Amino acid sequence: MRIPCPFCGPRDVIEFTVHGEARQRPVFEAHELDTPAAREAFVDYVYLRDNPAGLHVEHWYHGIGCQSWLLVTRDTRTHDILEVAYAAGEEEPAPAVVRTMEVAS
Amino acid sequence: MTSHRLPTGGLINRARRLSFTFDGAVYGGHPGDTLASALLANGVRLFGRSFKYHRPRGVLSAGHEEPNALVELRSGARREPNTKATVVELYDGLESMSQNRWPSLQFDAMAVNGLLKPAFAAGFYYKTFMWPASFWEKVYEPIIRRAAGLGRAAGVADPDAYERDHLHCDLLVVGGGPAGLMAALSAGRAGARVVLCDDDVRLGGRLLAERVEVDGQSGPDFADAVAAELKALPTVTVLTRTAVVAAFDQGTFAAVERVADNMPAPKAHQPRQRFWTIVAKAAILATGATERPIVFPNNDRPGVMLAGAVQSYANRHAVAAGKSIAVYTATDAGWTAARDLLAAGAAVAAVIDTRGATPPGFEDVGARVRTVPGGRVTNTHGRLGVTAIDVASAAGTSRLDVDVVAVSGGFNPSIQLISHFGVRPTWNERIAGFVIPQPVKGIRCAGAAAGHYGLSADLADGIRAAGDALGEIGIAMKPIRMPTTAVVRHDVGTAWWQPAPGDIGAKAFVDLQHDVAASDVMLAHREGFRSVEHLKRYTTLGMATDQGRTSNTDGLAIMALLSHQSIPQTGVTLARPPTVPLAIGAVAGGHRGTAFRPVRRTPVHGWAQELGAVFVDVGQWKRPQYFPRSGETDWLQTVNREVETVRSAVGVTDVSTLGKIEVEGPDAAAYLDRVCATRPSAIPVGSCGYMVMLREDGIVKDDGMIARFAPDRFFAFVSTVHAAAVYRHMQYCRQVLWPDLDVTLTAVTDAWAQLAVAGPKSARVVGALVDAPTVVDMAGFPPMSCREVTVCGGVPARLYGLSFSGERAFEIGVPARYGEAFARRIMEVGAEHGITAYGTEAMAVMRVEKGYPAGAEINGQTTAADLGLAPALATDKDHVGRVLSARQDLTDGRRARLVGLKPVDAADRLRGGAHVLAKGAAPEAANDLGWITSAAWSPTARSSIALAMVAGGPDRLGEVVRVWDGIRNTDMLAEIVPPCFVDPEGNRIHDA
Repeated sequence: MRIPCPFCGPRDVIEFTVHGEARQRPVFEAHELDTPAAREAFVDYVYLRDNPAGLHVEHWYHGIGCQSWLLVTRDTRTHDILEVAYAAGEEEPAPAVVRTMEVAS
Repeated sequence: MTSHRLPTGGLINRARRLSFTFDGAVYGGHPGDTLASALLANGVRLFGRSFKYHRPRGVLSAGHEEPNALVELRSGARREPNTKATVVELYDGLESMSQNRWPSLQFDAMAVNGLLKPAFAAGFYYKTFMWPASFWEKVYEPIIRRAAGLGRAAGVADPDAYERDHLHCDLLVVGGGPAGLMAALSAGRAGARVVLCDDDVRLGGRLLAERVEVDGQSGPDFADAVAAELKALPTVTVLTRTAVVAAFDQGTFAAVERVADNMPAPKAHQPRQRFWTIVAKAAILATGATERPIVFPNNDRPGVMLAGAVQSYANRHAVAAGKSIAVYTATDAGWTAARDLLAAGAAVAAVIDTRGATPPGFEDVGARVRTVPGGRVTNTHGRLGVTAIDVASAAGTSRLDVDVVAVSGGFNPSIQLISHFGVRPTWNERIAGFVIPQPVKGIRCAGAAAGHYGLSADLADGIRAAGDALGEIGIAMKPIRMPTTAVVRHDVGTAWWQPAPGDIGAKAFVDLQHDVAASDVMLAHREGFRSVEHLKRYTTLGMATDQGRTSNTDGLAIMALLSHQSIPQTGVTLARPPTVPLAIGAVAGGHRGTAFRPVRRTPVHGWAQELGAVFVDVGQWKRPQYFPRSGETDWLQTVNREVETVRSAVGVTDVSTLGKIEVEGPDAAAYLDRVCATRPSAIPVGSCGYMVMLREDGIVKDDGMIARFAPDRFFAFVSTVHAAAVYRHMQYCRQVLWPDLDVTLTAVTDAWAQLAVAGPKSARVVGALVDAPTVVDMAGFPPMSCREVTVCGGVPARLYGLSFSGERAFEIGVPARYGEAFARRIMEVGAEHGITAYGTEAMAVMRVEKGYPAGAEINGQTTAADLGLAPALATDKDHVGRVLSARQDLTDGRRARLVGLKPVDAADRLRGGAHVLAKGAAPEAANDLGWITSAAWSPTARSSIALAMVAGGPDRLGEVVRVWDGIRNTDMLAEIVPPCFVDPEGNRIHDA
């Protein structure tokens, strides 16, 4: 499988790490952090991920490359990759300088 | 033994004789032979013994579908088991051995299994050996291993090299038979980048095996002419001896090229095999079709062969497989084979066709040999090979003295490479076989693989497929001229096995490699294993290395018959990669031995080596474990000396492997407060602070230190083994969770050599190294300080007042290139203070003495509260893990929490992994209170000490518990103590 990284171009999947479904982290004020609502929202965020047979928007990390986190739209039935974007948003340039590459152990 | 070599013909070089051995006997062959053809030429019929019943088996086929003729090649370290003799290229000096026989191929004691056949029938694994459970390991498994083994692995390291390489192309053509040649030629002439792979030594496929005329030339001459043109085309790459073994997503294929399998040992600097990764925009599978055997009683005797194989041995290798050959066919291809055999000068005793009369166009064959229309072979005779067969037809039964039965029960298109992509094969009634008619992910079948049988149909389909494939990727192609060839009838009938009165199919074999007979399919049906997937697992039909190429469809047909369904209703099982067995060495390529994975050496590795360090693997890193000195005979003696020297004087160790991450920007402090459960924003400039990171589920991810050099400039130290994952997580926080924060992260682990100098005299050593104006004393550089300084007269450095031993200690980072020189300088300066180099072992002892949690405690299951770290947390802000870490189940004091243990009997030694139980409690899971995570001999406390995770541990201080280790068989009492054995007040850190 290859993923077309917006910064590096199409690269082999071994350069990437998958993180799972792309979800919005819940936002709460400091005084709400211990409320049942916050707890439920985070339980949902951490544990109740969707696992569809079909289109899935996932976070992938191009660790052996530009070190960008990417939003990858993938069809889980066919492994077809339909869209790839920076997770940080359209305007975000990829990290400019990689002084030292961390090799995943 | 009489020669079966025909006097003329064949694609062999008769001028050269090759000598080889089989089971120690010496034979001769010629270049162009396979091991199978050469043995057949020498009259050898018995190639091996079958898997379960040790029945004598010969060669069935002339290719990768071979289920029987598995042999061991070569000897010693190059011994290679389970190789199909039908695809082994003969070379001078080839050693081969039969397999799965004892004591000899001719007499096999295990053949008694045949008499015990009911015990070995389908599902025998699940039934016979169920009880008692303890018998499995000791009795059943050794017997089965002995009885049902195949070849023997070499047992020693493979001395040969393997390599990996890549190819990119517009069109990959798999198979160089008529369809593949036409496809490659069409695309190549159109200027497309083409890769053509063929498993065979030379291109041509069935053109090399059948007597045909194409454009006025013989099959081999035509193939050679096309091959020559392909070779001359600039955009075409031809790989022979190359099997495409797997197709993956996005047009990626794996292929194995047998570079040096045709010689005893590879030449210097030559790999034995080359593993190709081929990336193609489109692909054509011109993989042909596999002939099906016919299932009848005792159809496994040596001498029962596929008709196309017998034809191939005659035409290509000039070998008459038998002195008297009966053709038993349900297809026109059987008649073509008979015609070729007659033309080659072989003796054809009869053609038995399961269908009616002689098919049109084959009257010439009918005129020359006896024909049995509507006939059936009902049995074979002979001890180690066929000597006679029983034939039944409307005209009655008769016995024919023949030594070969050439069978043709139809064809299975070779669709294995793409049958796992989610597109189910569909049944084609016309050819009685499964096909994948539509392109799948840009891959399409062509020729016989698409069910187009017969040479002219095959050639035409190759041209058409190339046009379709190139059209799809936007390359214009003008169809090439269709070569002229005679249209030969190629109809197929079917000859599925049917139960007859008194015949339960016990010796009518469906899967020859796994010894699955028709009776086993019946048994599976009777016991309810009727789904094709159940049938496959219950009987093991089609699960051998031939992937059921010759057996699957026959098995399905029997199940369909028994369950009164059609074959497509019954279903189809799928192949998965690799479709041809491949050596692990080929997959590994160069990644073996020291190149198996990267080795990371720290910038001061050479210094540690000079001092004779013993290294330990920590992830990919080599870290000095301890530094033995002459006279020290035991690692513990060395470690004790190192610890004692640090605690009494000073020591130095390499901490370069710690993950180092620069965090810079106006929002760096705010960012770190969200990533960390502690409050890095509260760290004063010029100081370090302890840091805990949680996972979002509330479990501790890592701990470490953060130094702050400026309001907007932090430097984080994270665990060696977690460094890559923590950096990835920090990038996730920056890019995904909080992209609005203005902060940059840079991983600089390898940029710094970092050395820890620890011990009561450490300040004097460090003070002598650091340039003015920095004064290294309690006032000038108190513990937890950090500062950018220079050392040794101008070398830029970063100095930290960090301690992992409880002693007054420093860490000094210098640019990596200065590392070794700086480490040597530390030793020189420290000599007058009695400095020692110490390793990870002494470091671990000292951190256990101080009760600092490390990898064994931060194990992905523990919370900050479990580890006693709760006071360090800042809970009045949101950060990763903040909400879920407050869950009741994670804060419950009854959880396993960090404590110390000391043995009651000073002579006892605590060991990691031992279980903690209440005193007097039986060692059962229900009584388990926890376990020892880290243990050490403390030379400081003069005791064995341990850290443990114990249920409600801190509430049990003073309690004496049972420490039980079922692995090492130890049982002792220990007292629960606070997890700090040395200087609990923390005074030593201040003693400069």
